Amino acid sequence: MADQNESPAAQEAAAAQDPATQKNAQLLALLHRLFGADTFTDVEEPYGLLTATTTRERIHDIIAGLQQDQELQVNFLTTMCGMHFPDKEGQELGMVYHLHSLVHNVRLRLKIFFPINDPVVPTMTDLYSTANWMEREAYDFFGIQFPGHPNLIRILNVEDMDYHPMRKEYALEDGTREDKTDLFFGR
Amino acid sequence: MAVNDTLEGTRKIVEEAEVQRPNLHPLAPSVNDFNQELTTLNLGPTHPATHGIFQNILQMDGERIVSGVPTIGYIHRAFEKIAERRPFYQITPLTDRMNYCSSPINNMGWHMTVEKLLGVEVPKRAQYMRVILMELARISDHLICNGILGVDTGAFTGFLYLMDEREKIYEIYEEVSGARLTTNMGRVGGMERDFTDVAIEKLRTWLKTFPAVMSEFEKMFNRNRIFMDRVVDVGAISAERALNYGFTGPNLRAAGVDYDVRVMNPYSSYQDFEFEIPVGTKGDTYDRFMVRNEEIWQSLRIINQALENLPQGPYHADAPHYYLPPKQAVYKNMEALIYHFKIVMGEIEAPVGEVYHSVEGGNGELGFYLVSDGGRTPYRLHFRRPCFIYYQAYTEMVTGQTLSDAIVTLSSMNVIAGELDA
Repeated sequence: MADQNESPAAQEAAAAQDPATQKNAQLLALLHRLFGADTFTDVEEPYGLLTATTTRERIHDIIAGLQQDQELQVNFLTTMCGMHFPDKEGQELGMVYHLHSLVHNVRLRLKIFFPINDPVVPTMTDLYSTANWMEREAYDFFGIQFPGHPNLIRILNVEDMDYHPMRKEYALEDGTREDKTDLFFGR
Repeated sequence: MAVNDTLEGTRKIVEEAEVQRPNLHPLAPSVNDFNQELTTLNLGPTHPATHGIFQNILQMDGERIVSGVPTIGYIHRAFEKIAERRPFYQITPLTDRMNYCSSPINNMGWHMTVEKLLGVEVPKRAQYMRVILMELARISDHLICNGILGVDTGAFTGFLYLMDEREKIYEIYEEVSGARLTTNMGRVGGMERDFTDVAIEKLRTWLKTFPAVMSEFEKMFNRNRIFMDRVVDVGAISAERALNYGFTGPNLRAAGVDYDVRVMNPYSSYQDFEFEIPVGTKGDTYDRFMVRNEEIWQSLRIINQALENLPQGPYHADAPHYYLPPKQAVYKNMEALIYHFKIVMGEIEAPVGEVYHSVEGGNGELGFYLVSDGGRTPYRLHFRRPCFIYYQAYTEMVTGQTLSDAIVTLSSMNVIAGELDA
């Protein structure tokens, strides 16, 4: 962590020395070269992990391109999971992809957001077999649809459930009770 | 379309078999064509040989497996949802119950994630203590896995030998934390308490006696004719498929990929220790067994180094906002009382941010993806559970093999139901 008292220029110089920052800068340059600079928004590096937001129209191309890219060889889909932000108008649901290049040991986090009334995301099962259950999990918990998935059914919950429990509107406490609020759950 | 995952495909196979069946009484044996007589076999949900609650609906052609559908979720406990309502400390018991064969690794991984989010620096002594406990946990995890593999191939003796050693490891846990199974021994910023003299004494004694037992176990199994006949070339998976399926840990290394989080992204001072990453070649059950055995020796090496070089100093960070003050101070000191109250009631707010941290669990990369919106609980918490990710390859690995091969493959993959379902 850079010292607070240092001047911005010194901080920048220190950051340039940092190998993680350098790696991220190279990776971002590569991403921009391969897919165009306007594809990625909200590029940041929380705790050293390069994070970028893109669109669901591009995500399949990007992950396929990264997998096939000879230079970076992003050959490992670490994990993917759904998210729900009920307050974000038109971008309520999200998917987060963690990718990893085992050859160069570079990690990358990609995000997409989309409206809750149109929760359709391209499937990654044609690229990574491991995406199969992760997508089923995202479908089970958030109701995200993956057209092209070979077997999109619930995985951890019972099949006759008619809601998607990880969405924020489903509270942990029994919704019919008025004497307890969800706030105190787990206390 | 993946063979393993299609109920549709299974139904089609059954229907085709029905169509081709001569129009006889359903129980009458089909005399002319055994090849088209498929049996549906429910392996599990609770079968002693599946070591957990998960079901495999297998289509069998005689003794051979034609296809299968894994069904999971029998002990799903909604960890991720519950975690959204709990302050950070109260999530620790949830992590204990994921991979219950090596709960300290889950614990430490979780605390390291929170420390990363909060920016807490852990002192060296606590890091070394964590390394010792995590490696002990890895050993006990592998002991169980390999011991049970012995049982599944018909050798009960090895299991008894190793179970005894696991018991001794649990006694060390008990000295360190007071609990045996759900240890809950880490804290944000370090350890809950220092190693006692008794704990270190027990650890030293165990380190002296264990290698002899382990050697004996290896002598019993490694070149055993009967054992090798049962496990060599059974449930093999290529390195390429394993990577595509997201394998990590011993299962991936058995296929020949030397990916280890401890080396690739060192945490908790793993860069200070010398150890090797054992790899296999074929990715079959025998390789997985051997890789786990070798990892036990490497873990012993790490524990020995950490114990010899255990630094003096504090066993937790000076982080009063997150680390519970000593109980005696709470009775006398107002500041300590306030912090104690705020931590226990979970009133401490975390900074806004998102963090991914992974540790090398008993089964592979155990990742925690934590999104904080600045509240006292995580906004979203996702566990990357290695079992959940690689278990989907299981039916592909056993297709074409016999039922007894399926059993040893399952136990050598070390699928822990608590981690699979979470």
